[in-house]
Amino acid sequence: MIQIEVNNKPVQAREGEMILSALNRAGIRVPTLCFMENLFPSGACRMCVVEVEGQRNLIPSCAFPVADGMKIKTHSPRVVKARKTIIELLLANHPNDCLYCSRSGNCELQNLSEEFGITQHRFKGTTAVYPLDTSSLSIVRDPSKCILCGRCVRVCEEVQGVSAIDFAGRGSTSSVETAFGEGLNVSSCINCGQCIMVCPTGALTERSRINDVLDALDDPEKVVVVQHAPSISVTLAEEFGTKPGKDIAGIMVAAFRQLGFDRVFDTSFSADLTIMEEASELVQRITNGGKLPMMTSCSPGWIKYVEQFYPDFIDNISSCKSPQQMLGALIKHFFAQREGISPDKIYSVSVMPCTAKKFEGDRPEMIHDNVADVDAVLTTREMAKILRMRGIDLNSLEPDTADSPFGMRSTAGKLFGATGGVMEAALRTAYYLITGSDMDDYKIQDVRGLKGHKEVHLTIGDTEFGFAVVSGLDNARQLLEEIRMGRSDIHFIEVMTCPGGCIAGGGQPHSTDIKAIRQRMQKLYSIDRDERVHFSHKNTEVQRLYDEFLGKPLGEKSHHLLHTKYVKREEVLL
Amino acid sequence: MNTDIQHILTKYPNAQRDDLIPILQEVQEFIGFLSREAVVIIGKYLKLPTSKIYGVATFYNQFRFQAPGLYTIQVCRGTACHVKGSLKVLEAMQRELNIKPGETTRDGLFSLEVVACIGACGLAPVISIDGEFYAGVTQDKIKNIIDSYRRKAEKIEANA
Ligand code: SF4
Ligand code: SF4
Ligand code: FES
Repeated sequence: MIQIEVNNKPVQAREGEMILSALNRAGIRVPTLCFMENLFPSGACRMCVVEVEGQRNLIPSCAFPVADGMKIKTHSPRVVKARKTIIELLLANHPNDCLYCSRSGNCELQNLSEEFGITQHRFKGTTAVYPLDTSSLSIVRDPSKCILCGRCVRVCEEVQGVSAIDFAGRGSTSSVETAFGEGLNVSSCINCGQCIMVCPTGALTERSRINDVLDALDDPEKVVVVQHAPSISVTLAEEFGTKPGKDIAGIMVAAFRQLGFDRVFDTSFSADLTIMEEASELVQRITNGGKLPMMTSCSPGWIKYVEQFYPDFIDNISSCKSPQQMLGALIKHFFAQREGISPDKIYSVSVMPCTAKKFEGDRPEMIHDNVADVDAVLTTREMAKILRMRGIDLNSLEPDTADSPFGMRSTAGKLFGATGGVMEAALRTAYYLITGSDMDDYKIQDVRGLKGHKEVHLTIGDTEFGFAVVSGLDNARQLLEEIRMGRSDIHFIEVMTCPGGCIAGGGQPHSTDIKAIRQRMQKLYSIDRDERVHFSHKNTEVQRLYDEFLGKPLGEKSHHLLHTKYVKREEVLL
Repeated sequence: MNTDIQHILTKYPNAQRDDLIPILQEVQEFIGFLSREAVVIIGKYLKLPTSKIYGVATFYNQFRFQAPGLYTIQVCRGTACHVKGSLKVLEAMQRELNIKPGETTRDGLFSLEVVACIGACGLAPVISIDGEFYAGVTQDKIKNIIDSYRRKAEKIEANA
C-alpha cells in the first residue's frame, strides 16, 4: 500500500493501480465515459480528468497510475470546468429528443448534464443525421445519439470476439459503423446485446416488440401465453428500484396474470426438459462414439457465432433446441391440442434476459408450416415497461404460481440463469443416467462463480470425464482454438454468450455493475440451496410429459419437436 | 472487372496489420475501388474483421468502396472556391445525383469526389468532369451540365 493525498485528505492506494480505482475505493466519484471495468483503459474521452500536483496538464485518472505521495484534486474549478466543457461539446450535436428516447431517465449523458448543472445549449453544432439501422431482428442502432465513447466497439471485439462494429470515418464525420455501413443483419453481429448494456445513451437499443404484445393482449380472439426465463425473477425487480438479488417469482406470475396473459408458464420447466434431452444426448454420444466434445445449444448468440466463425464445430453442438424454443413448440403442438385450441389462435410470448432470443425466435428452423414456436420475445426491460404502461403495482400483488402443465421446475432448471448452471444441471442428470443413482453432493462448486472459463474433471461410473464452462465468446474462442490444436480431455462444454450468463444478458436491466451480477447469481444459488427438488429428472411435470406425450428422451416426438439442426452461414460479412 | 487480388497478397508474405494500408492501396489501384469481395479476402488474409478494415479505410479520403462511374465529377473545395460558394455547389450536386462524395450513382454514370484545390482558382467555384473544367459554377447550372453528360451516355449506349 502507498499513500496518496486526495483533496487534502490521505488515501491508501495499491501500488500500480490507476488513480481512478484508488478514488473509487475511497468513495470519491469521478465521472467516466470511455472507461470499462476489466478492460485496458483507452484514455480517450478525458471525462475522468483530475489535477495532479506537479503536472501541467490535467490527467485522465482511468489511465494514469498512482505514485507514492501523489497529490490529487478531483473537483477543483479547473477540473470541473474541463469536464463540463466535454459534456457541452457532446451535447452540441446531440439530437436532444430525450422525451422520445427509450433511455430517458436512464441515460448517462442526461445524468452528466444534470450533475454538471448544464442548463443551456452553449455550443451549437450541426446535428449529423444518420439513418436508423433497423435491419437486425434484435438490435436497433441510432448513430445520431452516439457520443463515440467506443464502449460498444470494445465489448464487441474484446469480450465477444466478434467485431461487428468499429469506428469509421474521421473527425467530425466519424461514427460507429458496420463494415461498408451495411445493416447489422448482414454483419457478423451475433445479437448478444452486450453493446446495449454498455452504451451510455439511446444509440443502441433492443428491437421492441412491446406494441405487438399489447395488441395481442387486447385481441379477444387470441389465447395469449407467456413464459419467463430462469433469470427474470431475480432481475425484474431492479427495474422498479429494488436492490439486486431479489427473487420475485410469485409476484411476477401474479403481475403477468394481471396484464391479461391467459397462461403463465415457466421456461425453467423446459430447462429441466432440455436437461433430460441433452444429458441423454451426451450419454449417447459418449457410448456410441458420437462427436465430442458436445457443446450446449441454449445460447443463440453462440449458435450464430459457430455458424459463421467455426462451422467445423457445428456437429459438436447439441441438437437440442433451447428451453425457450422447446417450450414454444410444446405450447403450439401439445398444449394447444390438449386444450382444443387451434395453434394459430395462440400468441406465445417469452420474457428473456436476451436480445439474441428475438433472433432465435424468428429463425426459419423455429417456424413450421407458418406456425412459429414463439411469436414475440420481450427483454426484461421491455416487460418492465409494459408493467409500468399498464399501471401494475408489484407491491400490491399476492404471489401466485405458474400454470400446469409447464409450471413446475427443479432448482437445476433455475440454475440455467447463470454461467455454469446448465453444466451443473446436466451433470446431475447425466450422473443419474450413467450410474442409476443421484450424486450425494449435487453442488458442483468448480463450475460456479463468475469466472469466464471454468473446468472440472469428474469420475462418473468408472470413467473420468472433462467438463468446461465458458461465458463471453472470446473465452469460447480460446477454448475452441485449444480443441482445434488437439486438446481432447474435455467431453462437454457449456457456452453462454454473455459474460456471467443470462443474469448479465443483453436484455437485462441496464447495468454493468459486477456486484449486481454477483448478487443475482447468489440468489440463484440460494434457491438451489433452499428448495427441495434439485434434479431435472425429478421434475414430476416433466416426468408426466414423457409419460403422456413424448415417450422417452431422444424419442421420435422429441426429435420432431425439441431438436433441430444448424448450418454454416455464408452470407455474413466477417 | 478483374477481382483476383491474390497476386497482390502474395507480395506480402507473413503480412501484419501494418501492411493493411499498402495492400489496400494496391488493391484499389488494381480494381479501381475496394470491393466487398476484396475486403473480405484481405480480411481473411490478415485475420482482420471487415469492420476494422472498413474503419481504417474510411479514415483516409483516398479509398472508395464503389466502382467509379462512367464520369468522375470533382468538386473543388479549396479556399478560393469556398469563398465563392463551393459548398452550395457541392450540396446542389449531391441533391442532383442523390449521392455523397465517394459514392457512385445507381445507374453507374457518375461518381462524386471532393478535392482540396484543383489549381484553377481563377475559375472559382470550379468543378471538373473527367478532366474538363467548368468555371463559375452555380447551383442553377448544375442540372444542365449533368444533363449534357446524361445525353452523352445515352448516345454512347444507342451506338453500342
Ligand atoms: S449485439 Fe453483440 S455482436 Fe452485435 S454489435 Fe452488439 S456486442 Fe457486437
Ligand atoms: S453507440 Fe453507444 S456505446 Fe457505442 S460509441 Fe456510441 S455512445 Fe458509445
Ligand atoms: S474515462 Fe478516463 S479517459 Fe475516458
